[in-house]
Amino acid sequence: MSKKWTVLAVPVISVLLGLLAGAVIMLVSGNNPAAGYMALWNGAFGDTFYTGETLRQMTPYIFAGLAVAFAFRTGLFNIGVEGQLLVGWLASVWVGVAFTDLPKVIHLPMAIGAGALAGALWGFIPGFLKARLRVHEVIVTIMMNYTALHVTNHFIRNVISDGSDATDVVNETASLRSPFLENITDFSSLHNGLYLAVLAAIIMWFLLEKTTLGYELRAVGYNQHASEYAGMNVNRNIVLSMVISGAFAGIGGSMQGLGTFGNMFINSGFSGIGFDGIAVALLGGNTAIGVVLAALLFGALKVGSLNMPIESGVPNELVEIVIALIIFFVASSYMITWLLSRFKKKEAK
Amino acid sequence: MDALTIIALIVSSSLFAATPLIFTALGGVFSEKSGVVNIGLEGLMIIGAFTAIVFNLTFVDTFGDMTPWVSLLAAMLAGGLLSLLHGVASIAFRADQVVSGVAINFLALGLSLFLVKLIYDKGQTDMIDSRFIRKDIPFLSDIPVIGDIFFSNIARPTIWAFVIAFVSWFVLYKTPFGLRLRSVGEHPMAADTMGVNVAKIRYIAVFLSGVLGGLGGAVYAQSISLDFSHSTITGQGFMALAAMIFGKWHPLGAMGAAIFFGFAQSLSIVGTSIPFLENVPAVYLLIAPYVLTILALAGFIGRADAPKASGTPYIKGSR
Repeated sequence: MSKKWTVLAVPVISVLLGLLAGAVIMLVSGNNPAAGYMALWNGAFGDTFYTGETLRQMTPYIFAGLAVAFAFRTGLFNIGVEGQLLVGWLASVWVGVAFTDLPKVIHLPMAIGAGALAGALWGFIPGFLKARLRVHEVIVTIMMNYTALHVTNHFIRNVISDGSDATDVVNETASLRSPFLENITDFSSLHNGLYLAVLAAIIMWFLLEKTTLGYELRAVGYNQHASEYAGMNVNRNIVLSMVISGAFAGIGGSMQGLGTFGNMFINSGFSGIGFDGIAVALLGGNTAIGVVLAALLFGALKVGSLNMPIESGVPNELVEIVIALIIFFVASSYMITWLLSRFKKKEAK
Repeated sequence: MDALTIIALIVSSSLFAATPLIFTALGGVFSEKSGVVNIGLEGLMIIGAFTAIVFNLTFVDTFGDMTPWVSLLAAMLAGGLLSLLHGVASIAFRADQVVSGVAINFLALGLSLFLVKLIYDKGQTDMIDSRFIRKDIPFLSDIPVIGDIFFSNIARPTIWAFVIAFVSWFVLYKTPFGLRLRSVGEHPMAADTMGVNVAKIRYIAVFLSGVLGGLGGAVYAQSISLDFSHSTITGQGFMALAAMIFGKWHPLGAMGAAIFFGFAQSLSIVGTSIPFLENVPAVYLLIAPYVLTILALAGFIGRADAPKASGTPYIKGSR
């Protein structure tokens, strides 16, 4: 079997296995799997409104997925997208609220830039600690997530607002809301961030595949020692990779703050987008195009799941289980490739 | 409030908050000492909390006052079983252990909320009636001063947490099994050449981590949250993970770190009623466990090194 075929087969088989397991769970719990998945489909693409919602949900998923994938390619596991997204969200909203009479061409990029910067800073810390002190980035980023959660809540309540649970809505000049996109999707919350997400995917592809920097980053991911001997600055590349990854995640937060919600509020827990980003990146094989496709799938699953209890009586948490199993199967790709090779051998006989 | 009452209050609530963390952190120690990273502690706590609450609500008439204890056993079993999934993925299928752990967290939350809706037809369970309460320990609480501070208002699971921490230390450092477990985590190939069954030891270790993680979640649910919903376990598992690292992968260290984190947590809650702490913003106390863990890892509070083979699947015959 050619390698390219396997690369495609693993995610597709994982998704199918995940959906199959979901069907079995529905069957065992006394629901009709066909009705459940029909409701899921209708809830995701049933009419233009739902399609708009799916694309809106896909937007931050693309950024979160790109963030995780970018770090993965340099051999780093950025599990801290959740925290970087939160600080990016906060920074964007803050800039969006604080400045009142700037023209849109300045204000909007500034607000998004603030989000990217905040996320980059939140990614810099684990990157620096990894490069300088060899501290494992997974643990540091997890800890940074919770730090971000409490710090952003503190800022919302005590710094940006006066003891309230949410910030003001950002000014029109910093908003990503798009009357045009809302109109063509039957007034869904789809916003201009979608264009930015696609642009970001193209930037990531270009950066990784077509520039010297990207080549070095990937080289460090493949083999740190070889890169070192080839004269590359491994430590600098590690920090840079985490910074860029954090910036992607931070802009994902801007999408929430300037587009979807228009403000920020006290979060009692994580939004889950950062963690879902891990699934998106893995399923997408850590490539830009893969991330976009996987983000579409997860956006559809998430938005569509809301329709499941209404139309078919299946609890929407079923989709969480399916997503968990998909991650599980992708992670255990060794098993899938092994099974595939067994099939191949049998055919050969 | 006089000083003694304040100290007694802080100690009591610190230990109360620390107990679930101690159990779960010990679970993390077993798994990681054998070379399997377990980010799934959060998920194991969730499944433990869910099982305990459902079991408690269902069988409270049968077991009466013993219900919380019997529920703990059910939760331990559930945690153990879920962790085996992580075990299979990371030991047999050579999955990325961190990714598999993330999947465990997703799965536990999705599965338990799905079942809650299926069983109770709503997003959260009822409150349990039979729970762990804080009581004075007989005799020891009669000791002047010390008795008031350390032996009054203590929930029974707290005592067990201390006992199990010492048992874990004994098992890991004083028995042949513990030696094998640690050797598998440091250098699996060397252990394999000496005739140790690497996969078997790792499965046992991961199962134990599930049992203890489930126990931690069950204790939390039955003493602190008293019901189960999507927000019952939000980060306690990761805090236990932090305690394990802060405690340098040592059972007693993990216990100490968990108590310290419990102290920070309780300060952020009771701090408002303590004179000199009421002006400190709660955010500092809330982030203290996480920031301290980062500092510990960075070497500011003594070097913390993970077991050498932690995170890498063992493939026979490869070097």
